[in-house]
Amino acid sequence: MAARAQKFFSTTKKGENFELKAELNSEYKEKRKEAVKKVIANMTIGKDVSSLFADVVKNMQTEDLELKKLVYLYLINYARTQPELVILAVNTFVKDTDDVNPLIRALAIRTMGLLRVERIVDYLLEPLKKGLRDEDPYVRKTAALCVAKLFDLSPAIAMDNGLVAIVQEMLSDRNPMVIANAVAALAEISGASVKKDVFVVNNTILTKLLAAINECTEWGQICILNSLATYRPNDAREAREIVERVMPRLQHANASVVMNAVKVLMVYLNYVNDEDTTKQIIRKLAPPLVTLLSSEPELQYVALRNINLILQKRPDVLNQEMRVFFTKYNDPPYVKYEKLEVIIKLASDKNVDQVLSELKEYANEVDVDFVRKSVRAIGRCAVKIDSAAEKCINVLLDLIKTKVNYVVQEAIIVIKDIFRKYPQRYEGIIPALCENLDTLDEPEAKASLIWIIGEYADRIENADELLEHFLEGFKDENALVQLQLVSAAVKLFLKKPGSAQEIVQRVLNMATQQNDNPDIRDRAYIYWRLLSSNPQAAKAVVLAEKPPIEADTATVSESLLDELIQNIATLASVYHKSPSLLGGTAVDVSAVRGETTLEMDAEEPEVDARSVAQQVNAAVGGGIENLLDLDFGGPITTATPTSGGAGLTPQKSNIDDLLGLMDSGPGPSTPPYGTPTASGGFGGFNFGSSLGGGSGPSFSFPKTSLLTSADAQGLELQGTFSRKNGQPYLELTFGNRSGAPMSDFAIQFNVNSFGVAPAAALQVPSPLGPGATVDVSLPLNTSGGVQRMEPVNLLQIAVKNNVGVYYFSISIPIHVLFGNDGGAGAFGSRWGDFALSSQQFTIQGLGGVQDLAGKLRRNGVVVAQQPNPTTFQVTAQTINGEFVVAELNISSGSGVAVTAKAKNADLIPLFQQSLEGILRS
Amino acid sequence: MVASAVFILDLKGKVLISRNYRGDIPMTAVEKFMPLVLQAEEEEQTPTPIVSTEDGINFLYIRHSNLYLLAMTKKNSDAATILLFLHKLVEVFIEYFKELEEESIRDNFVIIYELLDEMMDFGYPQTTESKILQEYITQESYKLETQARPPMAVTNAVSWRSEGIKYRKNEVFLDVVESVNLLVNANGNVLRSEILGAVKMKCYLSGMPDVRLGLNDKVLFESTGRTASKGKAIEMEDVKFHQCVRLSRFESDRTISFIPPDGEFELMSYRLNTQVKPLIWCEAVIESHSGSRIEYMIKAKAQFKKRSTANNVEIIVPVPEDADTPKFKASIGYAQYAPEKNAIVWKIKQFPGGKEFTMRAHFGLPSVKNEDPDKRPPISVKFEIPYFTTSGIQVRYLKVVDKSGYQAFPWVRYITQNGDYFLRLPEAVKSSKLGGL
Repeated sequence: MAARAQKFFSTTKKGENFELKAELNSEYKEKRKEAVKKVIANMTIGKDVSSLFADVVKNMQTEDLELKKLVYLYLINYARTQPELVILAVNTFVKDTDDVNPLIRALAIRTMGLLRVERIVDYLLEPLKKGLRDEDPYVRKTAALCVAKLFDLSPAIAMDNGLVAIVQEMLSDRNPMVIANAVAALAEISGASVKKDVFVVNNTILTKLLAAINECTEWGQICILNSLATYRPNDAREAREIVERVMPRLQHANASVVMNAVKVLMVYLNYVNDEDTTKQIIRKLAPPLVTLLSSEPELQYVALRNINLILQKRPDVLNQEMRVFFTKYNDPPYVKYEKLEVIIKLASDKNVDQVLSELKEYANEVDVDFVRKSVRAIGRCAVKIDSAAEKCINVLLDLIKTKVNYVVQEAIIVIKDIFRKYPQRYEGIIPALCENLDTLDEPEAKASLIWIIGEYADRIENADELLEHFLEGFKDENALVQLQLVSAAVKLFLKKPGSAQEIVQRVLNMATQQNDNPDIRDRAYIYWRLLSSNPQAAKAVVLAEKPPIEADTATVSESLLDELIQNIATLASVYHKSPSLLGGTAVDVSAVRGETTLEMDAEEPEVDARSVAQQVNAAVGGGIENLLDLDFGGPITTATPTSGGAGLTPQKSNIDDLLGLMDSGPGPSTPPYGTPTASGGFGGFNFGSSLGGGSGPSFSFPKTSLLTSADAQGLELQGTFSRKNGQPYLELTFGNRSGAPMSDFAIQFNVNSFGVAPAAALQVPSPLGPGATVDVSLPLNTSGGVQRMEPVNLLQIAVKNNVGVYYFSISIPIHVLFGNDGGAGAFGSRWGDFALSSQQFTIQGLGGVQDLAGKLRRNGVVVAQQPNPTTFQVTAQTINGEFVVAELNISSGSGVAVTAKAKNADLIPLFQQSLEGILRS
Repeated sequence: MVASAVFILDLKGKVLISRNYRGDIPMTAVEKFMPLVLQAEEEEQTPTPIVSTEDGINFLYIRHSNLYLLAMTKKNSDAATILLFLHKLVEVFIEYFKELEEESIRDNFVIIYELLDEMMDFGYPQTTESKILQEYITQESYKLETQARPPMAVTNAVSWRSEGIKYRKNEVFLDVVESVNLLVNANGNVLRSEILGAVKMKCYLSGMPDVRLGLNDKVLFESTGRTASKGKAIEMEDVKFHQCVRLSRFESDRTISFIPPDGEFELMSYRLNTQVKPLIWCEAVIESHSGSRIEYMIKAKAQFKKRSTANNVEIIVPVPEDADTPKFKASIGYAQYAPEKNAIVWKIKQFPGGKEFTMRAHFGLPSVKNEDPDKRPPISVKFEIPYFTTSGIQVRYLKVVDKSGYQAFPWVRYITQNGDYFLRLPEAVKSSKLGGL
């Protein structure tokens, strides 16, 4: 075989395709087959053989199975480049679906579904329908998946021809593999459709799934477990029954079956309301989770990321198993890091001695990153476990004695955190820290030590000398260090006014006169002014008590955690990011149906990579961005922003905030809260007036003027937000009131509270002639940078054309950001959560509300329960996971009394505004 | 679930072969993979097995010899399933081609395409049992008289065994293999010890036999009210079974019953956390003489019963990277310097239970000190102890029942070997108490 195949890759001379063409048309069967193999070999190494399409397809009709498979493979690769020629192959395909050999029938169906050429869909329908009812289960299971393929290509056709309905019937098939693939296909279709009603597990289906799970292959079991995880049991008894049936899966050798079974059990823990069963489940979960650590390292990684989540939800699952997370010498680094995180999660006052001796051991390893993380972990233990703080300090002091440069620096950084958590407790160790002054060369370590010196300036005799030491190189220091020096010098002065006068003068001088960094300059100016005008006020500001810091063991918010538990084993659970951030857009079947113009097969959607950047890995770190830095990919015209320099306001003006952020280290840090920007002069919305319009599927406020031709050199812009099929859109009307055509339109959003950003590039017909007006609908998503705005829903947007760049701001109504899944299942637990902010308000003068539920539904607010005819319990969830729950009471008059709750109190007034608009629409 | 496409790349990132399953991501997107890996390496981090581009394409990959096996997806796919499937691919390819490397991919591209087509459809794993695949996808297909057909097993409830298998002599071989994982800190305290056991089977049985395996399982004994008459019963922390085992049956009455695949497979694996005495115990004393030379004394003790013997024992003791002029003295076996591992390898062919041996080593150190902090990898030990299990697990019976009523002969072997078996090294002492060689 080896010698035979070798020659397929060898020839590279010119005109090869020409020769191949001749061979493909040879009269000898063997020669033709060899030629097809050569074509496939060339395709494999990336040569373009698409020009041979017609000649290859000629060989499709053959008894030789191997040859047939090769031609089919060729078709999958090149059908989309030659859609008009694919029709040549259709006949053979249709014929093959009637072959006596089930292998060939299935092969034809499988391949046709992958061609992704819409014009052959019509030919596919009948054979596919036949395949779904084929006598051979091998063909049926292949056909079931093919329906999902067809739906992906053309949802309307798949729905209208009853194909999906047949797959639904296949859940009762007598063959378990067919059931498993039908489940996979339906789950896929349901997930891609907006209504999500294609695959609703009910009692009958449930029984079938539970029976099939014992019989189908490991991969089929995973599909079924997945759908069980989305089923909501009717009562605790049913939940227990399902749990009993799923439990044996924990013993499966396939690690993915185990993880998906764990997912089902974790979800069902919410429905089993007796303590015994809960305890039993939790006891059963621990051993398989531990065993996952003996699987392949890549799977260990996925398991550890999930264990991290599971422990956040159920801290008691593995509390006896800490030792198994001790790292092995030969673990890959990514496994070591994740084990470290789990160790910190499991650390308690009972096992902290063991943890510390282990972490100390890690601090002696060679992998610098791992060493740093281990040292940091010691600090995190101290912050987490009050009673262990002293032990941690001692370990850190031991490590400082090793004089290993990066260990010392890291130790000082975490000691700063310990000082913040337990002020006035450990100042005795300051001299030991200061001994290492000279070895510090990393900004964060330096800044940390300077912060400690400033904070304890009154207890450190030679604080002035120590600071002096840093001042010589002030100019060359990193901004982080400079900021700390400014603050520390001021603290020193306030605590020891006599001796520090000279130092503070020098620092403020250097920071204001020899420095280009606005952050540092501004802070120095503020301090200077404070000190000179009102030293008492300066004391109150600079020496104010700092808010306590918390252990950073909870890495995701409560609501996100529930969502991630529901997605155990998936990418979302690995990234610890909401699944909605991971692509997979929903298609509204009802909206698509009948619209034949929908080009699903066109090409890969051309989207602006920058604006849809998922930023999955990068925690949003903040950073000083402003609208003037907008990168349009070309030189920016120097037009002055019309709305003043709001974007220039420094986002971090409080050093204590900065330090609070520093302690979170490599973990996700909280988004930096910017100082409020004055929004008085902005043309924002006034929600109180003119709430009349907005019919159609979703409610929108009327367009308001965003830019006038006077503002924007002839460009007139009006806009509002809308919500279509669960996706937010910005509706803009561009008008050219100047004398010249306009072109090169582009749009950019500043970072904002919800991370709203364009989901595609702005499509304005270019050029836009003088006097012309055009309506543009811009899809949005929430993958942009996050920074809190004031008001919360304010968006700052820049629009560019060939004339200039223009800035405006607009408030986004919250309901536009609501996803379709309001989280109705979670209403009960959310409504009962005492930690939520709650607010009551009344909406008056409605004069009778028609079709309340429908109106709400169209705007992403889901009615979860309706305990009586006049009370609606509703829930809504933004596409980035923030939720609001509310109870609406329609009183006999014309008003609606509302009680709304949300984790984030800022959402409630926004919800009120939107609700008012929706109800009046 | 769903993978959009699967690729096999060489270490430079060149695509050797690929298969597009969903057509929702251009295949050229794979070009973004290597830069992500290289970028992570540049930042001196080891890339995680899952990486993503800024425009939301996720790459999940594993490495096998000098290849990457890679899947990409844009959706919130099942990461565990995809990674496991990639490992399954490796397994199947090795069954087919013995070795999986650039060469064997090139030589077998036709069959790899066929396998990729059969093992996954639209991103969902389908048939991954290599035994069954081999029945209808073969390298010699052109020799077949009749066209291949899908074997019943592909869609059967018993998807791992075909019908009509015949042997003249019906035999079953059982290997119970226990690997001991151990971690001991420098003070000689055991931090972790666990036993990972596996029951491996070689089945040469005719027809569709129903097999039952009986172990001295404590939970089973307790539930049936039986007291273990001879020998103890063992308590398994966690058990994992091959997909042929009826899991619900095990859950309800702890019976291990199954229709086995033909030939070789791993029936079950189990884990025990019980503290056991480390089978081979090592103590190290390291002495450095003013940085010019360094001496090691290693004491090894076999802490198992006298009638057992550990075979092919290797005790690997790491030494500084810049050590030179090695000298050894061992009371048994022979010690060697392995510069490529920066370690002493002390090999002992047979190490009887209860015995204790010592080895001394002496190295010179260069006068110019290495600036880097000392790496201190732990001592690792390799060994095999036949006819012995640490846990005390026993096969009580293996019953084979087939319609035709033939007699089958079970053969059972036990062996214990090292898993991740590490003892951390103590720090070197400066004073001289060891004496010279």
